[in-house]
Amino acid sequence: MNDGMPARAGEAEFAEYLENVRRLVDEVLIPAEPRLEGQETLPEDLTQRLREMGLFGISIPTRHGGLGLSMEQQVRVMLEVTRASSVFRARFSTTIGLGSQPILYNGSEAQRAEWLPRMASGEVTAAFCLTEPEAGSDAGGVRTTARREGSEYVLDGVKRYITNARQADVFIVMARTDLETRDASGISAFIVPAGTPGVSCGPADRKMGQDGSATSEVLFQGVRVPAENLIGGREGGGFKTAMRGINHARLHVAVTCAGQAERLIQETLFHARNRRQFGQALAEFQMVQGRLADMRAETLAARSMILETARAFDAAGEAQGPIIADIACCKLFASEMVGRVADHAVQIHGGAGYMRGTAVEQLFRDVRLFRIFEGASDIQRLLIARDMIKERNAR
Amino acid sequence: MKLLVPVKRVVDYNVKVRVKADNTGVETANVKMSMNPFDEIAVEEAVRLKEKGVATEIIAVSCGPTAAQEQIRTALAMGADRGILVEHDGVLEPIAVAKLLKALIAKESPDLVVMGKQAIDDDMNATGQMLAALMGWPQGTFASKVEIADGSATVTREVDGGLETVKLKLPAVVTADLRLNEPRYASLPNIMKARKKPIETIKPADLGVDVTPRLTVLRVEEPAKRQAGARVASVQELVEKLRNEAKVI
Repeated sequence: MNDGMPARAGEAEFAEYLENVRRLVDEVLIPAEPRLEGQETLPEDLTQRLREMGLFGISIPTRHGGLGLSMEQQVRVMLEVTRASSVFRARFSTTIGLGSQPILYNGSEAQRAEWLPRMASGEVTAAFCLTEPEAGSDAGGVRTTARREGSEYVLDGVKRYITNARQADVFIVMARTDLETRDASGISAFIVPAGTPGVSCGPADRKMGQDGSATSEVLFQGVRVPAENLIGGREGGGFKTAMRGINHARLHVAVTCAGQAERLIQETLFHARNRRQFGQALAEFQMVQGRLADMRAETLAARSMILETARAFDAAGEAQGPIIADIACCKLFASEMVGRVADHAVQIHGGAGYMRGTAVEQLFRDVRLFRIFEGASDIQRLLIARDMIKERNAR
Repeated sequence: MKLLVPVKRVVDYNVKVRVKADNTGVETANVKMSMNPFDEIAVEEAVRLKEKGVATEIIAVSCGPTAAQEQIRTALAMGADRGILVEHDGVLEPIAVAKLLKALIAKESPDLVVMGKQAIDDDMNATGQMLAALMGWPQGTFASKVEIADGSATVTREVDGGLETVKLKLPAVVTADLRLNEPRYASLPNIMKARKKPIETIKPADLGVDVTPRLTVLRVEEPAKRQAGARVASVQELVEKLRNEAKVI
């Protein structure tokens, strides 16, 4: 599978790869952005470019067919990829995060062998199903049930806002196995292939932004899966299983915000240097300069804290506990930051920034999502503060 | 079938080129260097021919400084099998490169040479044609489509009047135009594999080729700055200025 390759690329090889990613972004992805408008999902030829670049496998080790990048390397790759529309990133985000990580860290060897190589190549798209009509921020509120019947589990329930649901070949589904419980302790994670009888998707959701990235409802009606499809080998471990994937996904959303902010700066600088008012370029006006400086300082702050936390993530290994709150800080700050940066960008663009067809208008709508999904800002604040109090109490 | 693909190390296409302070050439110190984009297209075409089972081996060649190994590595990461660096510091004119390639062809006996139609540094657009002439081989320049079958290459050429299709008996030289294909970006596993592929280094003297330049560069200058235009108040004033200042009517 890995041709005897070393587990990880050296810095020189990685730098060469990063340069190729940069070129893909500038020469292929950004020019293709106008094609995304009104699309339900990413066109196949563009998805294929992402597969060829190995992007579906950045978080999967080389022994399972992925690129085996460290979190810091993943962050550096994603800072490039997310200068383009975040829709590109969305196409493989569910696979590299909550689709693959639970199987990688808690799955059986058989589950890894079955799914990870095909996820890494992008042949298989994975989607993660947690959110329900009455569960989301309240993750313990999951009502989807998984009843044990002989050698099988039978799943029933409805999941909502599931990214890449209609493109997915496999779902990682959070379902309640202990019907007596009302909290997270009774929830387990299952691998459910998309073709299993009883699995169906609703129509694509119509959203504020993110054209080209599909979300929809997923229905599970009497879906039977073998007991081996339980991840982690025992019931009730769903959130322990998902935690590493959730951390991964949150840090990746934070990176996405930093990448999008970088793009907003590029677009805005271009406009401010070319658009003239009162006989001079907008960039010559001090109040415009003030906004530009804030955009850069805030973006740098986010990028720095994300890279720092990514290094801590790599150093922490299995002991993720101490960095969960730091990851939440990154997700909180970066998503709020990109909202402010997008607002400056639209303001500096003036009328043009309010017009469809302008990059910043699209970005303004796209980045609004990041304060909501993968744990809304307010949930991140609760998580951070609770961690602070818990740590102080433990002294 | 064996393919030879020459690749040139040039200033990256994104770099704003500056003339050296002493006007002897353009600044290449501390400037990002890359493979000539037309050569990337040639490499891509060769790799596709190999993927289709038409070609069996691809040799990437670069004539230039030691650092041109980087461009050979790029070709290897894209899918070439091995590399040859003809190491030479200093100016290499198209005729010198064509002679070096001719000497390599004598050693390697490729069935087809695929190369960029020109390099973006000097825009000479000459090496492929000179090589074909030196070899006495047919040439298909400015290719936008290449098909290989039954010992010949059918090449669609981009010419001023439209598209021209020529059939070349192999061995032959094909030079790639912009629309021949869209080159791939090497993935990380292929970059890592490329590190293990062999690159042979030889000198022009080993090939018995004299690469001494035939041309002398007298002076290199920036294009003249465009003068700001002037507004005129009336057609009469315009005509007057065209006649007396610009002296064009």
